[in-house]
Order: sequence, then C-alpha cells, then structure tokens
Amino acid sequence: MSDAVPPLDPDRVPTVIVDDVHLRYRVVGKSGGGGAPAALRRLLTRQERPGTRVVDAVRGVSFNAYRGDAIGLIGPNGSGKSTLLRAIAGLMPPVAGAIYTQGQPAMLGVSSALMRSLSGERNIILGGLAMGMSMAEVNEKYDSICEFSGLGDFIDLPMKTYSSGMGARLKFAIAAARSHDILLIDEALSTGDAQFRRRSEKRIKELRDEAGTVFLVSHGLNIVRHTCNRAIWLEAGKIIADGDATQVVNAYEARHDPESLEEHLAALRASGARLVEESTESDG
Amino acid sequence: MAAYVRQLWGRRQFVWVYAVSRNAASNSGNFLGEAWNVLTPLLNAGVYFLVFGLLLDTKRGVDNYIAFLVIGIFFFEFCARAINVGSNAIRSNLGLLRSLHFPRAVLPIAVTLTSLQQLLYSLVVVFAVVLLTGEPITLYWLELIPAVALQTVFCLGLALLFARVGAHLPDASQLLPFATRVWLYTSGILYSVDRFTEGRPEWLRIVLDVNPGAVYVNLARRALIDHNYGDLSTWLLAVGWSVGIFVIGFLVFWQGEEEYGRV
Repeated sequence: MSDAVPPLDPDRVPTVIVDDVHLRYRVVGKSGGGGAPAALRRLLTRQERPGTRVVDAVRGVSFNAYRGDAIGLIGPNGSGKSTLLRAIAGLMPPVAGAIYTQGQPAMLGVSSALMRSLSGERNIILGGLAMGMSMAEVNEKYDSICEFSGLGDFIDLPMKTYSSGMGARLKFAIAAARSHDILLIDEALSTGDAQFRRRSEKRIKELRDEAGTVFLVSHGLNIVRHTCNRAIWLEAGKIIADGDATQVVNAYEARHDPESLEEHLAALRASGARLVEESTESDG
Repeated sequence: MAAYVRQLWGRRQFVWVYAVSRNAASNSGNFLGEAWNVLTPLLNAGVYFLVFGLLLDTKRGVDNYIAFLVIGIFFFEFCARAINVGSNAIRSNLGLLRSLHFPRAVLPIAVTLTSLQQLLYSLVVVFAVVLLTGEPITLYWLELIPAVALQTVFCLGLALLFARVGAHLPDASQLLPFATRVWLYTSGILYSVDRFTEGRPEWLRIVLDVNPGAVYVNLARRALIDHNYGDLSTWLLAVGWSVGIFVIGFLVFWQGEEEYGRV
C-alpha cells in the first residue's frame, strides 16, 4: 500500500480501502475529421480517433471506510463523485492505485434495468431479479416494496406516466429492498416529497446498521447532514476535506466565501479531519 | 468457466422476465398492443405474397410457393435477427452493464429469447398459411420441435458471437443488416435451391445446402409442406451448426466478459 493512504484505525473494521486511485474515461466527442478515407485509415492503423478525449475523472484519491460508516460524497458536478462510486462497485477499473473491499459492494443503480413503458408492478419484479434476488424473494418482498414506494393504485400504471418524484420513489423502494455489505447510492433521493425523504433517510440508517457501510452521492446537502456521519468533499477529482459530515458540508457550503471557508476549515482541522490543501498538491 | 455457467443459471429467472418484458415493452405504445406480435408477421406474409406471388409470379417450380416463401422468411428471419439484435445487445444496455453485476451473457441470451418469442408468434401465421393453402396436418409437424430447438441453440451462438463484435465495433450494427440481406438471397428463401442449381456445377448446390440459413429453413419446410422426415444429412448439419456455433460464440463472448461496459 502506498503511503498516500491514511493510517487505519485499529479499533474499527475496515470495509473499503481506496489507495491512491486514478480513474479515467474516454469520450468520443466530435467526429474524427478527414472524412471516410481518414476514418478507414485510422481503423487500419489502430489509431485513436482524434475526437476521442481522455478525461481524468479521479486523480489520486485515498481513504478508508469502516463498518458502520455512512459516507456522503459531495462536490460540484463533474468532480468525480459518481465515477469514484462506480469504481468502488467494481464496475470500472482504476488506471492506477487499487481498491480493496470486504464483501461485494452493491450499487443502487437499479433504474437502468427498469422499462418505462411497463407497469410499476412488473418493474418491481424486473428490478428485483436484476439485483440478483430470486423469484421467491421478490414475491416475498413485493408488498413491502409497494408500501414503501407509497404509490398506491399507481402501481398498475406504466412507469412513464409517473411524475419524476414517483419514479424516484419506486426506484429507491426496489433498490433498498435488499441489504448489502457495502451499499452505494447515487443521487437516488434528490426528488420525492418530504414524507418520502424522511422514510428513505430512516431506511438508509437501517441499511447502515445491517450493512456496515453506505456511500451516498448527493447534491442534497441536508440529506448528507441527516443520514451520514462522515463526508468527503471532492473537487476536480481530488479530496479537499474528509471528516465529520456536518462540518464538511458546512465548509462546502461556504466555499464561495474565502473568509468563512477558512473558519470552517480551521474548525475541521481542529476536529482532526483530514484536509488536502489544493496548493501543495502536485499533479501526478 | 463452470462458475460462470452456474452464475448464469442462477440468473435464469431474470433472463426470462427480461426477455418477455422487452417484447411487451416494445409493443406497449400501440393501441393494438400485443396483437402486433401476430399482425406484423401476417402483414409481412401479405406483402411477400403480393410481390412474389402475384406481381412477379416467381413460382419457379415450387408446388405451394406461398407456404414455401412464408416458412422460409420467418425461419430465416430468426437467424438474421439473432445477428442484428445480438450485435446491439451490449451497446444498447450500457447503463445496465455499468450499474449492476451479473454475468454479461444474460443480455445476448435474453435478446435471443425475445427473438424466439417473435418466431413462435409468427408460427401462428405460418400454420394458418400452410392450412389455407391446402396442406394437411400431419405428424411430421412434430419435427418442428427439435428443429426449432436446434435453431435456437444456433441463434444463441450467433447472438453471443456478434454481441462481442458489436461491443467492440459500434459500426457493426450498420454493416450487419447488409450481410444478413446477402445471406437471405443466398439461402434459397425466395427460390428453390434444387431448381436453381439444375444444370449448374454440383459444388454450388452443396455449398448452398450446407449453409446454415438453408439448413434450418429446409427442416421446417420438410415438416410442414413436404411431409417427410428431413434426410439424415440435413439433421446432422443442423446439429453440427448449432453445437459448433454455440460453443464458439459462448467461448468468444466469455473471453471478453471483463471488457463489456467500458467506453
């Protein structure tokens, strides 16, 4: 393990160790240029398309997560939160560094398996099976999923007739029906009304007790405050601060105001949080 | 490898529900809904009858040309669809691949099952056409069961094989429809191979008959309109093609397992 990883806390059970991870993805952007002959030549010489851009989404992130942790990942759009989550789930290999996990991390990404033109009822079955449940398990959980989603009679209607909040409720209800060792949640809770939000926050707490570790990517800062005990602030693929959820969220909220940001960062430092100063970090 | 097959078996319910749901979803936007499963092949048969039966009068020495044509088209389409939808199986489900863990072979298998379901619906039309054109119901019809089973295995192999191709080469989905069209014209779907090769070199007939596109169609035609057991060589070819292509397709797909879903 490289020295970038903070020392492990000997009193707690680590579940995820992220060791100096770099993640990169390729985007096929504008057309290659040069028309068909050039495209054919590139194909034959196995050259990269000139339009292809490499995006360094995560650049050297290290942290440890322990059993019982609920960690909020916060940061502006494009800061690498979702990419990092995907890497922890094992769905994207790091270009450098390594991720060690105990148990199989599961991503609450069930929405991609659902079909909008089918009824909510059918989607519950489909989503449950997609997450790896057996038919018997799905049948057993079916009622509690329906009830949790709070959709009532709408459950018979096709999903495309749902409002975005209703759709989100159904997705979360399906995804949260199962307990996991390490649970990764990406923007699942930003929609939905207050009542549903309370219910889902409660469910996350339960999952955290059952599962051990929960990761939550969210722009809803209050959700992070309420459900997480720890938060990691990412900016342009690097960790800015890693510490107590409320303090990190407060500092993040104050990021446009240098003076109060300094205050919050000082408070964080005093509480023993890990801060990575942007200025002292050199590019890898 | 054994572990992979076991995982795949563990997901059989998902494969099935996914395949059926996909088909239901594709029809749900229309007023007639699932009726289109039968209406589409029916209209297709009508168009072929109009063009080849009435306008061009291409009977070319086939007794019951309409039944001959309709059986040919629908059974061949199953193979062609396996290639076309197989090549899209990975690309069109990237979101699913990137958010959930499951053996990736689930996807090409599910699209093949959806395609099989479409074949079974179109069999309703095939039976209607065969009976309306004066063919009797015979016990030979039962031959369809092993014939379709073998063809399904063959199509699974094709879908797995082309799923890997399509995953690496997005342009494949543009090119493959042309390849399958050429395959259609060389498989004796619109004309009788026996008639076509009369007076032509012997090797040409052998090549056209060994072609898997023709093999499975011939089995179906034998069962439904020629009223005989297919000859042994055709059955052996059918078994050979399905086992061979399935094993190759499965191995090729399995070797790429780790790569699917990356950009």
